[in-house]
Order: sequence, then C-alpha cells, then structure tokens
Amino acid sequence: MSADINITVIDREGEAHIISVPTDMNLNLMEVCKGFELPVEGVCGGMAMCASCQVYVLTDEHFGERNDDEQAMLDEAFFVQENSRLGCQIPITEKLDGLKVVLAPAEQ
Amino acid sequence: MIKTDIIIIGAGPVGLFAVFEAGLMKLRCHLIDAIPQPGGQLTEIYPKKPIYDIPGYPTVLAGELVDNLMEQAAPFKPGFTLGERADSIEKQADGTFVVTTNKGTQHHAPVVMIAGGLGSFEPRKPLIENLADYEDKGVQYIVKDPDQFEGKDMVISGGGDSALDWAIYFAQRGSFVHLVHRSDRYRAHKDSIAQAHELAAAGKMKLHTFAEVKELSGNGKLESLSIHQNEETINVATELWFPLFGLSPKLGPIGDWGLEIDKNAIVVDTFDYQTNRPGIFAIGDVNTYPGKLKLILCGFHEATLAVQTAYKIIYPDKKFTLKYTTVQGIQGFEEEQTKSTIKS
Repeated sequence: MSADINITVIDREGEAHIISVPTDMNLNLMEVCKGFELPVEGVCGGMAMCASCQVYVLTDEHFGERNDDEQAMLDEAFFVQENSRLGCQIPITEKLDGLKVVLAPAEQ
Repeated sequence: MIKTDIIIIGAGPVGLFAVFEAGLMKLRCHLIDAIPQPGGQLTEIYPKKPIYDIPGYPTVLAGELVDNLMEQAAPFKPGFTLGERADSIEKQADGTFVVTTNKGTQHHAPVVMIAGGLGSFEPRKPLIENLADYEDKGVQYIVKDPDQFEGKDMVISGGGDSALDWAIYFAQRGSFVHLVHRSDRYRAHKDSIAQAHELAAAGKMKLHTFAEVKELSGNGKLESLSIHQNEETINVATELWFPLFGLSPKLGPIGDWGLEIDKNAIVVDTFDYQTNRPGIFAIGDVNTYPGKLKLILCGFHEATLAVQTAYKIIYPDKKFTLKYTTVQGIQGFEEEQTKSTIKS
C-alpha cells in the first residue's frame, strides 16, 4: 500500500485546494481534478486532444517533460505558458508529493 | 418540413444505435448533427484510436465502430440533416415537437432524443480583442464553398490537418498562402507536411513558424493583420484569414430548452432516460443521473430503454413485446422516408 500524496490545485478564482491523492490507482492529474469536482472538463477523456485540462505547474521540480502528443496539443492551445502541462498527461506518482498547479483559463 | 417518428439530435455512436433499436420497433428516425459527417467525437476527435470496452470487440478503431453502426442502422433508412446545429424546439398543440436548425431546416416528430454527447462542435476561436468585428468580414473559421476563395492571397493559422490541407489546396490553385503556426511541428499527415514544404520552396506558400497572428485591422472588413514571430512583427495585407484551430464542444442552444441541467449535462430519469419535459429524452454522454458513467456501452443501453417509452408515446394504444433478433431477423424499411424528408 503506497502512501497518499498532497497536491495543491489553485482554481480560476485563485482559491487553493489542498488535496490528498492516492498513488496506487493509476490516476492522472486531470482525473484527480475531476474527482475532486474542480472545474476541469477533460473533454477528450485523457488523450491529449483538447487542452481542457491545461495547468501551469508552479513547483519547478515537478514540471517534467511534455510528451509528443501533449506538445503538439499545446502548440495549438491557447493561454500556453512555459510551465503549461496537460493534466491528463501527468500520472500521479509519489514523486509528485507537494506539487502545486494553477488551472489555466477555460477557452471561450 | 421533415417528418419522422424520432428526431435524434447527435449522430454519434449512441444516436446511431438508437436508430437500430427504434427500427426493431418499426419506428423511423432522423438525425441532426452540427458536424458534416456521422460519428460524433469518434470521427471528429479520435477516428484512429482503439476502443477496448465494446462488448464482443476486444479492440475496435473508433472510425470502424462508426462504420459498423452505420451499417447496422442502414436497413432502417434513417434520414440525416448534417452540418446543421439543432437550435430551437417548439412543442405543438398536439404534443409533438418541431426542431429547427441554425439553417432553418425544420423537423417534426412526436419524440425527440438528445444524443448530443459533449454538445455541438464549434470552431475554437483565437484570443484577439476585435476578432468579432471581422467575423465573416474576412475572418472565416470554416472553409465553406472553397471556390470563392481560389486564387486569393490569404493567411491560414494552425498546425493540424485542416490548416495544412487547406493551405495546400489554395496554394495549388493560384493563392499565395501564409501558413502561421505557433511551433515548427505540425500535427498533420507526413505527406501534407512534405507537400507544404515543397510549395513553400516553390514560392507559393510561406511557412511562419513560432508565429502567431496578434492584431487585425481594416475598415469594416479585414484589410491587414500582424504576425508576431519571436521579437518581430510582420504586417501582411490580406482580406482573408482562416484561423483553423480545430473544434471544441459546447452544449449550446440545448441548454436553453427548458431542460433540467446539472454540470453541463441533462438530468434524466433512469427508468427510460426521459428528461423533465415528457417526450424529450437524453441518452449517452449528454445526460446525467446518479451513478452515470460516460461510456459508449452505457449509452447503448440507455438508447434501448428510451425507445421503449418512445414507442408508447407514439402508439399509446398498441402493445409491443420484445422480440429477439436471432428469432426474428431484421425487417428493415422497404422505402426511404418521403424524398422531401431526406437531406444530407
């Protein structure tokens, strides 16, 4: 049984939600946000095809590498910054303990 | 006016399967969809992705599943109104409904099934302050009637198949095309990328990479725009800009139909997936109820139960007993719906 980790998600109103997330359930950050009823749509279901789960990673050590599909999507998405990631492409592992992200604005 | 038994809004997998289940009960269906081809998300977002949770198919590509559902529905000769968005619904004095699209096509039926998935797919719009001033005045999100643009110089933004395909199409027909993309990687077919580079080398296209269209200007219509690339700004005189950033789904006008909505989904009763408005059903990803799972296979189940109540609404005095297709086979309709009802 692996331990839960703590993640901070700052919503679009600036409110910080500190959530405790299990690491042994094969979750990704998009699913976690949806599970905690944060306003993340995850329209495409986690295929890196819609950018509705875009987040800005505030903790440098957790930024990680964008994969090819994710990079291609972010090349076309809006509001993209240096620290943008797609939540659906970030698997929840023990290494992410202390991760802090901000939800990117929703597209019009 | 198109007349049918069930108007199905959304031609995705669940809408298509509803045609089959309704057909078994001798009910006719007509589908309306905002995108020009059937299949919904499966064709629009992930046609080449495998699906593993359709019973009986260890794996099936999304596009294949749609082809199969079309084949399965074919004996029941559904009608299609494609490329039009269902905008309004009006209940008639006799309890039937008229659904009108954004292009004014009217559909009349006693039952409406909303199988709208995530909603209708609308073009993703770039964030430019005065964008709305130039919409349809030089800024086009969709290439309609390409003939009218042939030979005209233009700017196209985007790095996907649609941006590349249209850039190539027009560059081959006498237009000079500026293709603007935020990166130097294109999310498109390899052949298209190679072709775009060839056309650029031949002086018919200019590829602006790591670039973005930022400002639009003109008097009443688009006359020029500026492309930001690194620290530089390039002004391009053009009367045409196609921002082709793909489509994103919106619940859209259905949200104003007087249906109970919870978190962007339509609330239904799990007895028959009827909404708070009798005669209007919601099936598939568009609905919500306690325990809802957004899965294609759950949508199939919902469609099957919904048509049972639809039958009772359409034929209140008739009894229908479940028949097995293995025993009965499939009795399709001999005839198309009257010609005037078929529109594609």
